[in-house]
Amino acid sequence: MSDTETTFKLETDSALVQEYKYGFVSDVEADQLPKGLNEDIIRAISAKKKEPEWMTEWRLKAYRRWQKKDYPKWAKVEYPPVDFQDIRYYSAPKMNPKEGGEIDPELARTFEKLGIPIEERNHLAGVAVDAVFDSMSIATTHREMLAEKGIIFCSMSEALQQHPELVRKYLGSVVPPGDNFYAALNSAVFSDGSFCFIPKGVRCPVELSTYFRINAKDTGQFERTLIVAEEGAYVSYIEGCTAPQRDNNQLHAAVVELIAMEGAEIKYSTVQNWYAGDENGQGGIYNFVTKRGHCRGANSKISWTQVEVGAAITWKYPSVILEGDNSVGEFYSVAFTNKKMQADTGTKMIHIGKNTSSTIISKGISAGESVNSYRGMVRILPSALNARNHTCCDSMLIGDKCFANTYPVIEAETSTAIIEHEATTSKISEEQLFYVQSRGIDEESATSLIVNGFCRDVFKELPMEFSVEAIKLLELKLEHSVG
Amino acid sequence: MSEKTPFFEIRNLHAKTEDKPILKGVNLTILPGETHALMGPNGSGKSTLSNVIMGHPAYEVTDGEVIFQGQNILELDPDARARLGLFLAFQYPVAIPGISVAKFLKSAADARFGQGTIKPSQFIKQLREDMKFLEMNEAFINRFLNDGFSGGEKKRMEILQMLTLKPALAVMDETDSGLDIDALRIVSKGVNRMVGPNFGLLVITHYERILRYIAPSHLHVLIDGQIAMSGGPDLVKEVEKNGYDWIREKFGKEVLV
Repeated sequence: MSDTETTFKLETDSALVQEYKYGFVSDVEADQLPKGLNEDIIRAISAKKKEPEWMTEWRLKAYRRWQKKDYPKWAKVEYPPVDFQDIRYYSAPKMNPKEGGEIDPELARTFEKLGIPIEERNHLAGVAVDAVFDSMSIATTHREMLAEKGIIFCSMSEALQQHPELVRKYLGSVVPPGDNFYAALNSAVFSDGSFCFIPKGVRCPVELSTYFRINAKDTGQFERTLIVAEEGAYVSYIEGCTAPQRDNNQLHAAVVELIAMEGAEIKYSTVQNWYAGDENGQGGIYNFVTKRGHCRGANSKISWTQVEVGAAITWKYPSVILEGDNSVGEFYSVAFTNKKMQADTGTKMIHIGKNTSSTIISKGISAGESVNSYRGMVRILPSALNARNHTCCDSMLIGDKCFANTYPVIEAETSTAIIEHEATTSKISEEQLFYVQSRGIDEESATSLIVNGFCRDVFKELPMEFSVEAIKLLELKLEHSVG
Repeated sequence: MSEKTPFFEIRNLHAKTEDKPILKGVNLTILPGETHALMGPNGSGKSTLSNVIMGHPAYEVTDGEVIFQGQNILELDPDARARLGLFLAFQYPVAIPGISVAKFLKSAADARFGQGTIKPSQFIKQLREDMKFLEMNEAFINRFLNDGFSGGEKKRMEILQMLTLKPALAVMDETDSGLDIDALRIVSKGVNRMVGPNFGLLVITHYERILRYIAPSHLHVLIDGQIAMSGGPDLVKEVEKNGYDWIREKFGKEVLV
């Protein structure tokens, strides 16, 4: 394990202030449970969602395990203990269009403002959207077209009603309820998220996407997403997140499970832009997420691409268990931190099958007084003959008060493995900036150009239109971070 | 140009880096259509002068002015100087990984000439022509800027940028260093295409051989942060023929190399 903690000098002490344009609050009538967590609350959540009894029991079991756990302290993040009794675990818009009602116009406006058209007439051509507002999915588009191909794309709540046998079969099979503190909490109280099922041999013709919005005050969001690709199926899934600007911290504790059967491929892309708090570190979302994929069948492939530019604290390690022979796992990450943000993110690649291979490309950019850590594990089990891994983690520092750390762990239990690891830490160099500026490009655009170049290997993995969005978003985030 | 708004004039320029004075009162005037060569031994302040003209943040100007297009550009950021029509061909161009030559040059051209004034198709066409002129492989257009380029390739890329950005005044900082004769010929060909009645050029060099390719109208010798000698075509001829060791000797032996 190496621990490189480096700071560099650069004359960039200007105000690291910028507008968070998604910081508005929507005035929507909500159906809420009281704050606090106990077995009654869990039963009440389950009852609100009209869940089968096994699901209620599953939640309660997870809750009991959670109570015995302590929150993880090993990450390079610092925050006061979260008071789990001071959080509201269920808050849903009262008008639920999915139960035959009209969509609350305020909700429609909210998603319109966020650039997510949920009404049928405004649908994006190549993308099916599931829109989750606090604890509830309020709209899912393109469903009929997908249904014709046998693809199930709906909210987790609906899946529990309509496809309980599928949910029961796969839920918790990659991230067991007792996996870790936040996964256990999520398993007990999860609200909504997406369920995607791509049947054998089907190539999903559009991008599936879920947009998560936290709106209500003092409310946590406990997203639960499950994607199953049967033999030979393919799906590309996109996730986006925003939240209002509030001065207290809010919790987003998600669990995402991906399952790829023989020859299947799942491509999962995230642009996370939760509210990050102000320049004094006041407010912002705590983003404690467990994401894991399981290459169950031979020749399957799971690819995680994440662009993390928001949240006060990010604690997230999208991982792949490479069980099927010849299976492939990929992790491409850009994590940008500014102000007092803290990110501890990376991946785990667990090689079990023969000839499995994994690629990790991580780009961390720190500005302001932020702390940005890469934490990764590559584990090659004795059965994983001829396994290969290539890891490249680069950190870039903007300013002289930020930190970049890398904590890579490599465990190889077979002599046939080939593992490559590259890591660099650099400051955005004065020479590069001067060179680009000397061609007439102003300092902000020059920084953005250099950072975009730095992130290119990750951005090119995103679906085309999403990649353009990600570049624009990063440019916006970089504004005023130098100068 | 009238007396009041000189095209390019360096007046009594003093500059230091890390508290070490390097430029100690440089005076130099360039008019449109003129090509000036600036020679001098290592450590005399040649590269400092080019960096200060462009506005490198590591150098602090302690006195003097640099007037370009009628204003003191020392108050401007490097990018604003470039947009006024100033260009520096770097001695050591840096790499910008992940950004293609085409993207970089389009961004620079948009900054210089205004967003949207050049059509992308027209831009690429012109870029291809210029690359052909500089005997560069077209594949360079998609390579990352200076990333893994050889020394000669980097220098040609500097000249390509100059042709693209069409500056009014260019400073070439030892562009000839490390170039073989063939590369020197190509680079000079590019530079000579720029030369004309509306273009001023300052060629900073350590070697007299470039004077054969780029015919300067004026020559200056910089020694210990000051212009020790200036002259017209006669001095150029003299230096071309006999080198400039004799000038160094003339100014005493504290001037080494």
